[in-house]
Amino acid sequence: MAVLTYRDALTQALREELQRDDTVFLMGEEVAQYNGAYKVSKGLLDEFGPMRIVDTPITELGFAGVGVGAAMVGLRPIVEFMTWNFALLALDEVVNAAAKMLYMSGGQYKMPMVFRGPNGAALQLSAQHSQAWESWLAHIPGLKVCTPGTPADAKGLLKSAIRDDNPVVFLEGEMLYNTKGEVPEGEHIVPLGVAELKREGDHCSLITHGKMVLVAMKVADDLAKDGINIDVVDLRTVRPIDVDAISRSVQKTNRAVVLEEGWEICGMGSQVVDFIQRECFDDLDAPVLRVHQEDVPMPYAKNLERAAKPDAGKTMAAIKKVMYLD
Amino acid sequence: MATKVVMEALSPTMEEGRLVKWNKNEGDQVKSGDVLAEVETDKAVMELVARGDGVLRKRLANEGDASPVGTLIAVIANPDENIDSIVGSAGGGAAPAAAPAQPAQETQAPQAGGAQPNQAVTDTKETPAKSPVPQAPAQSQGEASTAPQQKAAAPAPSASAPPSRPAPPRPPSAPAAPPRGNGASRPPATGGGRQRSSPLARRLATEKGIQLGGIQGTGPGGRIVKRDIENARAAGVAAGRSAAAERLAKEGDFKDVPLTQIRKTIARRLAESNGPVPTFFLTAEFDATRAAEMRTQLTEMGEEYKVSFNDIVIKAVALALAEHPEVNAHWLNDKIRQFNRIHVAMAVAVEDGLITPVLFDADRMTMWDISGKAKDLAKRARERKLLPEEYTGSTFSVSNLGMFGIDQFTAIINPPEAGIIAIGGVEAKPVVIDGQLEVRQRMRVTMSCDHRVIDGATGAKFLQTVRQFIENPLSLII
Repeated sequence: MAVLTYRDALTQALREELQRDDTVFLMGEEVAQYNGAYKVSKGLLDEFGPMRIVDTPITELGFAGVGVGAAMVGLRPIVEFMTWNFALLALDEVVNAAAKMLYMSGGQYKMPMVFRGPNGAALQLSAQHSQAWESWLAHIPGLKVCTPGTPADAKGLLKSAIRDDNPVVFLEGEMLYNTKGEVPEGEHIVPLGVAELKREGDHCSLITHGKMVLVAMKVADDLAKDGINIDVVDLRTVRPIDVDAISRSVQKTNRAVVLEEGWEICGMGSQVVDFIQRECFDDLDAPVLRVHQEDVPMPYAKNLERAAKPDAGKTMAAIKKVMYLD
Repeated sequence: MATKVVMEALSPTMEEGRLVKWNKNEGDQVKSGDVLAEVETDKAVMELVARGDGVLRKRLANEGDASPVGTLIAVIANPDENIDSIVGSAGGGAAPAAAPAQPAQETQAPQAGGAQPNQAVTDTKETPAKSPVPQAPAQSQGEASTAPQQKAAAPAPSASAPPSRPAPPRPPSAPAAPPRGNGASRPPATGGGRQRSSPLARRLATEKGIQLGGIQGTGPGGRIVKRDIENARAAGVAAGRSAAAERLAKEGDFKDVPLTQIRKTIARRLAESNGPVPTFFLTAEFDATRAAEMRTQLTEMGEEYKVSFNDIVIKAVALALAEHPEVNAHWLNDKIRQFNRIHVAMAVAVEDGLITPVLFDADRMTMWDISGKAKDLAKRARERKLLPEEYTGSTFSVSNLGMFGIDQFTAIINPPEAGIIAIGGVEAKPVVIDGQLEVRQRMRVTMSCDHRVIDGATGAKFLQTVRQFIENPLSLII
């Protein structure tokens, strides 16, 4: 199997879907001439031309709305945001138009479109450009939210997202684009709403998604050296969320830690913990703990940024605590 | 690493204990297993032992104090260890007037708006049985986990978690947010005597028939967690279920009789009419002349052959029970359990009540075994030195007030047993035998029967068998 970067896996998915279905098109800031701010659309302008790879002005609300209109008349737009921090400006189209169109048109208009771009913190981009939005977006009925953490999942989920008839929010990561992994060639589809057990162990469940999957895998490796074997449950899609996968794991291990990139209050972890307490109450041997960004705007200073982010050390400590080992 | 000493449930029914005597002073070095104090339970004076090593740093209960089960009564720790937060957690009013309860409340208050709430408690390392390797889930993945476990023994297991790291991630507080409820982070409110346990631990305990009361939790705040249930099971102590109870529960030692409709109706109707245990009484007068003669002869043979009327009756009852398993039974609400083994409890008066030590397998004991054992049990009962497994697990009971000059009385059934026999004193009486008036030694016996289990005729037949044994006492010896 080919080893690709997360970026190339996305490009591959875009290319394959653009080839497969000529109603699919990509638009966004600098996606065409510049090959994408993060080079995800590299080579696509040359291959598919300016009608399908469309540069837009710096008007997030505007081109998101164009995407909604295109979807209403039968195209399958992929709207790229340079980052989800900029997409805040477009949320009216995402939340009020795309997410509700099928419902408010009485089923007349499907909304087969994808909003994609990097989410969460990179390095020293400071408070306004280091935010993880998945819990905001997953809150909205009508949206589906993908958070791939590996190149293979990035490809498989993007292909599913493009083919889905509902608006799909697709959250990538600047720090993920260069990570590498094996990616199946061709028709590799990861269904929306299906988690993957990325590591198996009996001692604790570590439930996570997106960029934090990499942290979780490191934690699993480190703990294995101490003889502690954990389940790493990668949700992959945070809406719909795979409650069965969470329950199966927690019912086996009797304890859980939920790791996410964003803030604590109303975070994805809050929702996961809620499912756990409902589905696994009699299986729990310890309160479920959460690991997340500290409850502050992301600091710019390198040392403070490091302290504010969730990391392997904090995750390991939480796991030892729920195992009553600390 | 500090060890909390809590008032443990030292008997299956104990809810609070009175600290009779401290055997260790503050500052004394103690080892796991050392007797820290003597505690009076509802049944006996028991020893409270240390569950960890170190110095007895603080005693939180005074001699004479009664504390609910689960109350923190002392702290064992290293000489230089800071135990303020543990002592502070005593709180709740269960601890004696000695000051320590106070600081707990005070340190809590400023945390509400503080920058780092909840941290203080995180440092209280209550877990006495720490191990780098998780014990609880060890049952699966046998091979996979073996190698790393062995490896972990050599290097410090916490290498991956440097001590400099602040307490494990716990939800940081939003400014001005009220203190948030993460049960684990609160000081344990042991004051109420409520035993904390994880949902899983409760479920496992139920499934395995283990009572939580007798288990000391090793989780935060004394929480009983999965590993405590598994340890309790492994150790075979299955707290709350005494060795005797285990004995009773052994497969093949009993027969469960499903309730027939008529049995159910009898049970329901009679309970309505006559309280939860619908009791009726059968009284008979036995001729104890031969038994009295035998007793005199045995006494003349020497002290080691001497037996009491009580011993004779217990032996007779035990042998009769062997012939009438329907009487040697427990009422278990949805069924009747008939036991194949015979464990006879004898009521013993103690200073401020009574207790019923058990003669296990009484039918297999010689009368002299019974005599010796009964004396020993009675003596230790009066000294309140009986172990819980010595006064639980009986299948039937005998009560004797003959030595107090009582010629006849009724005894109260000790549920779930189905019956009890009350023995009056042996006295000389005129009786008509074959038309002749004779003076005989007579003994009046009254059996209380749970009508849900024993019908009148069943009880009467059983008493007939008891009569045969007592009136032909040689059968008790051969």
